[in-house]
Amino acid sequence: MWRDTWLIFKRGMVLSLRNPVWVVITMMQPILYLVLFGPLMEKITQTPGFPPGSSWQILTPALLVQLGLFGSAFVGFGLIAEYRAGVIERMRVTPASRVGLLLGRVLRDAVQLVVQAVLITVLAMLVFGLRAPFWGIVFSLAMVLLLGITMSASSYALALILKSEDAFAPLLNSVLLPVLLLSGIMIPITTGLAPSWLYWISRVNPFTHIVDAERAGFRGDFALNAITTGGVILLVLTVLSVWWGARTFQRESG
Amino acid sequence: MIHARGLRRSFRTRTGTVEAVRGVDLDVEPGELVGFLGPNGAGKTTTLRMLTTLLEPTDGTATVAGCDLRTDPVGVRRQIGYVAQSGGSSPECKVIEEMELQGRFYGLTSEQARARSAELTARMDLAGLDQRLIKTLSGGQRRRLDIALGLVHDPKLVFLDEPTAALDPQSRANLWTHIKAMHREHNTTVFLTTHYLDEADALCDRILVIDNGKIVAQGAPDELKAGLAGDLVTFSVPVTDGARAGEIAARLPEVSEADVDGGTVRFRAPRGDVLLPDLVRAIDAAAIPLTSMSVTRPTLDDVFLTLTGRSLRDAEMGAEAVGEATEDKETADVA
Repeated sequence: MWRDTWLIFKRGMVLSLRNPVWVVITMMQPILYLVLFGPLMEKITQTPGFPPGSSWQILTPALLVQLGLFGSAFVGFGLIAEYRAGVIERMRVTPASRVGLLLGRVLRDAVQLVVQAVLITVLAMLVFGLRAPFWGIVFSLAMVLLLGITMSASSYALALILKSEDAFAPLLNSVLLPVLLLSGIMIPITTGLAPSWLYWISRVNPFTHIVDAERAGFRGDFALNAITTGGVILLVLTVLSVWWGARTFQRESG
Repeated sequence: MIHARGLRRSFRTRTGTVEAVRGVDLDVEPGELVGFLGPNGAGKTTTLRMLTTLLEPTDGTATVAGCDLRTDPVGVRRQIGYVAQSGGSSPECKVIEEMELQGRFYGLTSEQARARSAELTARMDLAGLDQRLIKTLSGGQRRRLDIALGLVHDPKLVFLDEPTAALDPQSRANLWTHIKAMHREHNTTVFLTTHYLDEADALCDRILVIDNGKIVAQGAPDELKAGLAGDLVTFSVPVTDGARAGEIAARLPEVSEADVDGGTVRFRAPRGDVLLPDLVRAIDAAAIPLTSMSVTRPTLDDVFLTLTGRSLRDAEMGAEAVGEATEDKETADVA
């Protein structure tokens, strides 16, 4: 299985490097937020009810989660194209491990995401003067890696079930937008800022806790409470999504 | 090489259950080149997908290349090559990358896979295209690459699903040559599906005719044709001798449907070509001058017509409504 995972990973990397335009394009969104939205945050973060930390410590980790959510959720489109070209089927008739066929792709996406996240963090530090403790950033990037695995495995599972871009795109949009708004990526949803009903809905959203843990990492708050909830939730999501993806790849038929 | 008993597959659709394959028995011996002929939607692809482990049968058993389909699908995958109708190479990859990857899936080392790739690309007239992106290949080249990918591990059994669909006539003839070479020179057992009669006729040692999810006939192309209506023999004599010539012809063995129209005599016989010398001698002995004669062999379309009561073309038209639903379901069902 690991051999096949490695073969697929390598193939994906070669393809990404051959056409790096897409890697750059998906990075444009968070960069635009940093440049065009970030400066607005400096005054707003003084508002009572905002979580502690500088505006860049609040925005940058949130943008990494956004990148993970959006960048990785759309990888399924590539799989639908491959499916249509018969590539998936060709590989499924070989003795290659079907879990490997999934994992190789997922790990490629996750590694690519972490590279993008590193570039954005470095940009925020150099251009906007983000200050964050080293180990906090490492922790946050590890979270980004898991988030990438989670989103990409789910995206592939969903793509293989739907097998149609026309069904996949609207589904993604209708799921991702509420998830994004409810996780307080732009403006944190705290008791001090949000009406209580909105606050409670956002607490039910697992991604809220992931954003909270990322922010805790960036401001160097390693209190157990701040990082465990998000970390554990993300770990559970990762296991579930990989299991779902593997099962979908393995099934002989629908 | 392939032994299947009672293979069935049904799909659930919104309007109910569609039985795509309803109990297929088939046997393919080592070294055969067998064609699976039938209209679109007859169940060819579904059967092929079951035999290649892509689709689990609803019912029935099969051993493929010595491995049980249900208990040892990985064993089956190791032994067989499969070239899908849609191909299977990634447009954004280079030829050599796909060939090497495919070889490595079968456990070859990098060096072995490259050596094997060089051998196969040369055999398939793809030499020198190693570094080309697959999207820049012509339709015929791409199809040959698909076949090369299926042969990377030197399988003893190869499945080809509609190998020449959507190819121009020249590439088609060229591909036939390659398929024949693969079969004869490399002693590969080939199982192919087609809905082209001429293709089945030109390529296959033996044909299985499938209609509506069941095998309705099998045999060598000539055997199938001979077993049915038989050849149509037509010959001409002077109008005055027509009736007498008709009587002579009707007395020959195994002649049926003899019919005289002025100086033209028509009849059917299982092997018209074998009968001709006798016919010529008998007419000659009666001192009747022959002006012309011809034998028309029945086509596989005649065969299909006799077996199912519809011509292949009509079957395709009729099957479209049902077949499309089935095929949609097929694509939707394969995860």
